[in-house]
Amino acid sequence: METVIQYSIYLIILIALAIPLGRYIGKVMNGEKVFLSRVGRPCERLIYRLLHIEESEEMTWKRYALSAILFSALFLVTLFLIILLQGILPLNPEKIDGTSWHLAFNTAVSFITNTNWQAYSSEAQLSYFTQMIGLTVQNFVSAAVGISVLFALIRGFVRTKTNGIGNFFVDVTRSLVYVLIPLSIVVSIGLVSQGVVQNFKSYDTVQLIEPITTEDGTVVTEEVVPMGPAASQIAIKQLGTNGGGFFGVNSAHPFENPTILANLLEMISILLIPAALCFTFGRNIKDSKQGRAIFIAMFTVLVIALTSVAVSEQFATPQLQGSERNSEELVDLSTDGQAGGNMEGKEARFGIASSVTWGVFTTAASNGSVNSMHDSYTPLGGMVLMLLMMLGEVIFGGVGCGLYGMLGFAILTVFIAGLMVGRTPEYLGKKIEPYEMKMAVFVCLATPVAILIGSGIAMVIPSVADGLNNAGAHGFSEVLYAFASAGGNNGSAFAGLGTDTPFLNIAIGLCMLLARFVPMLATLAIAGSLAKKKKIATSAGTLSTSNGMFIALLIFVVLLIGALSFFPAVALGPIAEHLQMIA
Amino acid sequence: MEIKVKDKKILLHALKDSFMKLSPKTQIGNPVMFLVYISAILTSFLFLLSCFGIKDASSGYILGIAVILWFTVLFANFAEAIAEGRGKAQADSLRASKKDIETKKIDSIDHKEDFKLVSSATLRKGDLVLVNAGEQIPADGEVVEGAASVDESAITGESAPVIREAGGDRSAVTGGTMVTSDWIVIQVTSEAGESFLDKMIAMVEGSSRKKTPNEIALQIFLVALTAIFILVTASLYSYSLFSSKQLGLENPTSITSLIALLVCLAPTTIGALLSAIGIAGMSRLNQSNVLAMSGRAIEAAGDVDILMLDKTGTITLGNRQAAEFIPVDGHTEQELAEAAQLASLADETPEGRSVVILAKEKFGIRERNLEELHVSFVPFTATTRMSGVDMKSDRIRKGAADSIKEYIINQGGRYSGQCDVAVKSIASKGGTPLVVSKNKEILGVIYLKDIIKAGVNEKFADLRKMGIKTIMITGDNPLTAAAIAAEAGVDDFLAEATPEGKLQMIRDFQAKGHLVAMTGDGTNDAPALAQADVAVAMNTGTQAAKEAGNMVDLDSSPTKLIDIVRIGKQLLMTRGSLTTFSIANDLAKYFAIIPALFLGLYPELSALNIMHLHSAESAIFSAIIYNALIIIALIPLALKGVKYREVSAGKLLSWNLLVYGVGGIIAPFIFVKLIDLLLVATGLF
Repeated sequence: METVIQYSIYLIILIALAIPLGRYIGKVMNGEKVFLSRVGRPCERLIYRLLHIEESEEMTWKRYALSAILFSALFLVTLFLIILLQGILPLNPEKIDGTSWHLAFNTAVSFITNTNWQAYSSEAQLSYFTQMIGLTVQNFVSAAVGISVLFALIRGFVRTKTNGIGNFFVDVTRSLVYVLIPLSIVVSIGLVSQGVVQNFKSYDTVQLIEPITTEDGTVVTEEVVPMGPAASQIAIKQLGTNGGGFFGVNSAHPFENPTILANLLEMISILLIPAALCFTFGRNIKDSKQGRAIFIAMFTVLVIALTSVAVSEQFATPQLQGSERNSEELVDLSTDGQAGGNMEGKEARFGIASSVTWGVFTTAASNGSVNSMHDSYTPLGGMVLMLLMMLGEVIFGGVGCGLYGMLGFAILTVFIAGLMVGRTPEYLGKKIEPYEMKMAVFVCLATPVAILIGSGIAMVIPSVADGLNNAGAHGFSEVLYAFASAGGNNGSAFAGLGTDTPFLNIAIGLCMLLARFVPMLATLAIAGSLAKKKKIATSAGTLSTSNGMFIALLIFVVLLIGALSFFPAVALGPIAEHLQMIA
Repeated sequence: MEIKVKDKKILLHALKDSFMKLSPKTQIGNPVMFLVYISAILTSFLFLLSCFGIKDASSGYILGIAVILWFTVLFANFAEAIAEGRGKAQADSLRASKKDIETKKIDSIDHKEDFKLVSSATLRKGDLVLVNAGEQIPADGEVVEGAASVDESAITGESAPVIREAGGDRSAVTGGTMVTSDWIVIQVTSEAGESFLDKMIAMVEGSSRKKTPNEIALQIFLVALTAIFILVTASLYSYSLFSSKQLGLENPTSITSLIALLVCLAPTTIGALLSAIGIAGMSRLNQSNVLAMSGRAIEAAGDVDILMLDKTGTITLGNRQAAEFIPVDGHTEQELAEAAQLASLADETPEGRSVVILAKEKFGIRERNLEELHVSFVPFTATTRMSGVDMKSDRIRKGAADSIKEYIINQGGRYSGQCDVAVKSIASKGGTPLVVSKNKEILGVIYLKDIIKAGVNEKFADLRKMGIKTIMITGDNPLTAAAIAAEAGVDDFLAEATPEGKLQMIRDFQAKGHLVAMTGDGTNDAPALAQADVAVAMNTGTQAAKEAGNMVDLDSSPTKLIDIVRIGKQLLMTRGSLTTFSIANDLAKYFAIIPALFLGLYPELSALNIMHLHSAESAIFSAIIYNALIIIALIPLALKGVKYREVSAGKLLSWNLLVYGVGGIIAPFIFVKLIDLLLVATGLF
């Protein structure tokens, strides 16, 4: 019971914060006045003046897309060079050298695509400069790009008979100045109050209270404690659905996530903006029911996922439950009091509920930060986390990109459903014609394509199998998870697979690029095409896109595309493992 | 255009066509089926290789799969061929009326006797042709002189001849029709090969059928799904290789099994039936004697949410009927009835006859012979706008209130206020007042009532449920129009309608995002027809009207618009429902094939084999046989269209989802299992 209350509280806090934030973001992106305008407006104007941006200038979708691509490409090159050259750059007390070129490529791609896949181990391989000027900056801008593209699409729905879908640079500036930066400041201060480190000190060395003797007989008596400007990066890592941890073990590290309160703050931050954007969508297309419908669809899948992972982890495995062979119950399975269930790979500080909620939130949103090891989840628990990424990261998903991905699925849904009511399909008053359909297909299928091709090739490369910690079905899942994470632009790792190899760095890097930019360009193309169209009047013959029937159908389409694409894969991975386990 | 060809003939023809369509050029037009086609070729090739010992599965198995794949392709071809067959039969009968004939070409109207006999194929636009009774009209044209009755049954199927005359809205004639009496001179309006008949043949035959935007959009979706499934099966091979290596076992997946899986998963059901559905929709439209100029127009009909309907013929019966005699100024009702009956005896119009009938019903006034009474009939003319009889002493007239008023006042009589009241009250009830006078006196008013057709009220209510608004178009004054509109239950009306008024109304609706359908016949309707989203021109209408519209109604029936909307909606619904069914089927096919395929690697996967299929091979066979047979099973539905009901979008969706979505998930579980049982019973597995 206690646990159920815990889960419910997390969800209620999320909704309670998302609704007002959604309204606020909607106002900001329309250039309406908000309480931060007094500070934000001068900053905004200064940026426009410095960068010679004409605020009122409208872009066609092609210019908008070109701006987004060049903007991202510029940061890709910059970040790549920073990582390669960090040895000669400042703020490097540990004198860490540049990484290999392929790791630098993988990391740079990972951060500009809002994936934050970490093939590196931060405290060992990256300097403070790289973390702050390189990664943290990307955490902000890649999130801002996602929000901007979403707004271009919203304008496509709202506007009629026009070519302009907004100004990319204005959108990026506004989402940074009014949304991402202020929220990050609030969250970092909260995190510092809980004990998250924020300094430029070199790493500490402490004496172990209890020396450890390793297998080969060496006695370890001291431990290196990494330091650094963590709090500032962790706030945006969570808020911008980035997920790249300041430390290698991400939010399982006590300096990154010290208390249950810090955990709550970080966990809510994961889904806060993606959830809020649903309400923003409804507000800005002037039909709040539509935004609510999308939110309910996402939320329903989230709750189903949360429930199934929670049950799987709480009831652990038959081996832990005890069986005929082993009559004794090995772990406490009750949901009250001390954490029971499958605690392998989970922090004792957080227990099942906080670990599971985090795991589901982070894979639903394309966040990817972790506070427990997903590799150690039960097969079905791990499968659900994997599936959330395979669905294309549309269950809230990344900031901006999750929602525009879901709107791509909404277009597919109205296409089929619209035909069934005897009309050529339309969504939000705009006709869905071959062009929109083609682009919606690119939006929805980029993730499955990236995952299937990536994992398909990886499985036949002998070096990949050699880098596995586990054999059999679990090993299969480890490779599959890596590509699901890249293809969903998630960035979380199942672990158990050594990924810092030239092949995997490049393959995963390409998957991330494909899964990020194909849907983005297609979304902008849809926005451009929709903005040119006139609005169709609604009548009783129009398919409602805000009622329960449509929500159910939308969920069904999302699940169906996922299931059709990945049923064989999960059958050979987690399902086989689960069936072996219970056999 | 009723075509009575024995089904057997169409079937045989379709069977032949199924094989003709095996050419790669035809196949590539349908990407989903092209995949099956390639797969069939590939497995046949694998079978050949297996005969030489190069194989990863048994030769018999590969052969079996190859044969079923070829059947799948043939079944899809058959579906298309049979849909085309009906159109071809229609086209053949049309072609019969399009023979080259000798025709009388003249140089000018003034020298009609001075004709040259030329072949109809040599006629150019602008040529003048004389057509006498018993001759066939050689080309599409406008009547420039004369009037004749024309038998248009070759095109419309309607055997009663129609009048075609110079000037006005009945001047268009169609090549291939026959003049049955009198003569006409026509000016040719189309070049050889571009005539109405040519277009019609091309349309019903489907040779000029282009994919509609909606079909293209659906095809994009299907191709994308197919592409995903190609990747799924390709990666599956790699997954299987990886897993078997991890387990140190032999790779259980053969190329043949993967091809079979791919074909099962690809949306072949809808892929095979997609073009049949489109052709059948066009064919249904043709059967209701409407000729669409493009497939796009039919789809637009499904989207229409405003119907502009002409009052006369659609909402009311074509003619008004006398309903009541209202005497004024102290005259009795019988007196009025007798005068009215006399004035109407020679009046052959339906209104006139209805007066006689009412007089007989009410007062038993018998029909009298006018000649015996020595009265002469004064017919209706456009200048007097009244008709009546002149007797020895009395002159009886009946006509519109204002013309009788003028007539009485001119004679020095008095137009009574009582009459005025009666006239206004009838008009406000939606009726037409007909004032009857005797010499200088007004006797009273006949109440002519518009008779609303039976059932229109319910029809419009149904349309409203579907979100379609009906607008009544009438030349009546607003008062009358409002009364009829209220009685018929239309949503709105346009009174005293002018062509400009109609055009403006369409534009206003379109500006608000509506799609408008209308029918029209006159030349002055052309601008409105050109503006409307679905514009049905009457076949009796002028060439200009036909060119402006995107459909031609051969029956010239004003109610056709409602049928057209139904056919449009049904076409789209069929497409959507079968797509849903096709995709929903995949779930069961996965459950049939995947566990079976990997049982060797993970015996525990048998838990997923919920259908308890006999073996991996029988499972794959069952799934792929189901996949082929379902195409044949659904051909009748594709041709007939799914069930259409006039209910709201929400209800339609729930119903179709239940039948085709949920049904699509369940059906294959049952049938794949049954096929598996049958296969096992044959002892092959």
